[in-house]
Amino acid sequence: MAAPPYAQELVERAWAVLGTVADPEIPVISVVDLGIVRSIEADAAGVAVAVTPTYAACPATEVIARDISEALAMAGIAARLTTRLSPPWTTDWITPAGRARLREFGIAPPGAVDRSAGQVVHLVPRGARMQQTPPCPQCGSASTELLSQFASTACKALYRCLDCREPFDYFKPL
Amino acid sequence: MTPHIEYLLRLGDSSLVLGQRLSEWTGHGPVLEEDIALTNIALDLIGQARLLLTHAGRLEGAGRDEDALAYFRDARAFRNVTLAELPNSGIERGRTQSACYAFTVVRNLLFCAWQAETWAALADSADGELAAIAAKSAKETAYHLRHAGDWVVRLGDGTDTSRARAQRALDALLPYCNELFAGDAVDAAVHAAGIGPRAADLEAPWRARVVPVIEEATLAMPAASRFVSTGKSGLHSEHLEYVLAEMQSLARAHPGARW
Ligand SMILES: [Zn+2]
Repeated sequence: MAAPPYAQELVERAWAVLGTVADPEIPVISVVDLGIVRSIEADAAGVAVAVTPTYAACPATEVIARDISEALAMAGIAARLTTRLSPPWTTDWITPAGRARLREFGIAPPGAVDRSAGQVVHLVPRGARMQQTPPCPQCGSASTELLSQFASTACKALYRCLDCREPFDYFKPL
Repeated sequence: MTPHIEYLLRLGDSSLVLGQRLSEWTGHGPVLEEDIALTNIALDLIGQARLLLTHAGRLEGAGRDEDALAYFRDARAFRNVTLAELPNSGIERGRTQSACYAFTVVRNLLFCAWQAETWAALADSADGELAAIAAKSAKETAYHLRHAGDWVVRLGDGTDTSRARAQRALDALLPYCNELFAGDAVDAAVHAAGIGPRAADLEAPWRARVVPVIEEATLAMPAASRFVSTGKSGLHSEHLEYVLAEMQSLARAHPGARW
């Protein structure tokens, strides 16, 4: 069945609506900037939205699905949500705008995913800071150290700036 | 129950039971950062279990969802490896009952290294949903493994007390790893169908991950033992019942409750 002529416009409108749906845990960033909305396609009933979870057990996943459905319904768009597991979400999908918002919010945005990271155990050396650390989102200093690989949520690690002495969250590459 | 579903339960139940064990540290971690770390790792493991049990339930086609499988099966129906169910306090007779951090992180190292190899081997599984779950889980497991390895080195190459505890934990836990690589009919069928790896084929890459960490931790790898636990066939240690009692009592007292 051919898509109705207004399909393109409907899809664009749906993307715009989802650009206003905030991630419940990091409300400065939208679900589109987070890179979890994988596709929006017009179908006979409205739009089909494919969403990919960040972490398998992320408690926000169900809230996000509800928020997306409600926002589209409020905009008068009938939507059918599906969960897409493959390919798995990666922090590489966070948009440049999303990264800028994270930094403004005091969260260091993720570096590029190290494809070899899953292959070997990298130990965090005690005393020496041999691994590259993210710059401080507060003062920009490159002199920072890891405090804990797991912070307030599974997606973040806890770092400390050695110049301004402030602790900060780092969005871990995944 | 088909070998395919049995295999999914082995993976899903192992994640679920260790996740439940690690959640016992919530509010009791040795320092705040570790309390949060173990809680996050527990949550990731339970996330893996949700995906795997949901998938198993759909394949079974008998209307059981993740909750039905997690809360309304008894110990004999659980297919987790025994390694996952051992108490955080350790398993030596006469030891005090308080939870041991060395035991926890050594187990995590041994278990997560096995998971890492399992996920990697499942990348091209004939079961596309399982391959997708494995690809998702592999990324998270890499962080769990790094956390465990870091702590095993700190404790092993630490004080006399931490080193002794880490070595004791390793001596107690290593025999339970034999089960991870033990083949049986389910293993053979799953491998023949292209769904999963042969369990024995994971042992060499697992050792290649674990041994360098043990060496860096200045711990001694115990001699091989012939003991093979049988949790993945449903024959568990006495410890699983306690895990399930805590995990299942609320859901069973209030069936169908929502909150
Ligand atoms: Zn700073």
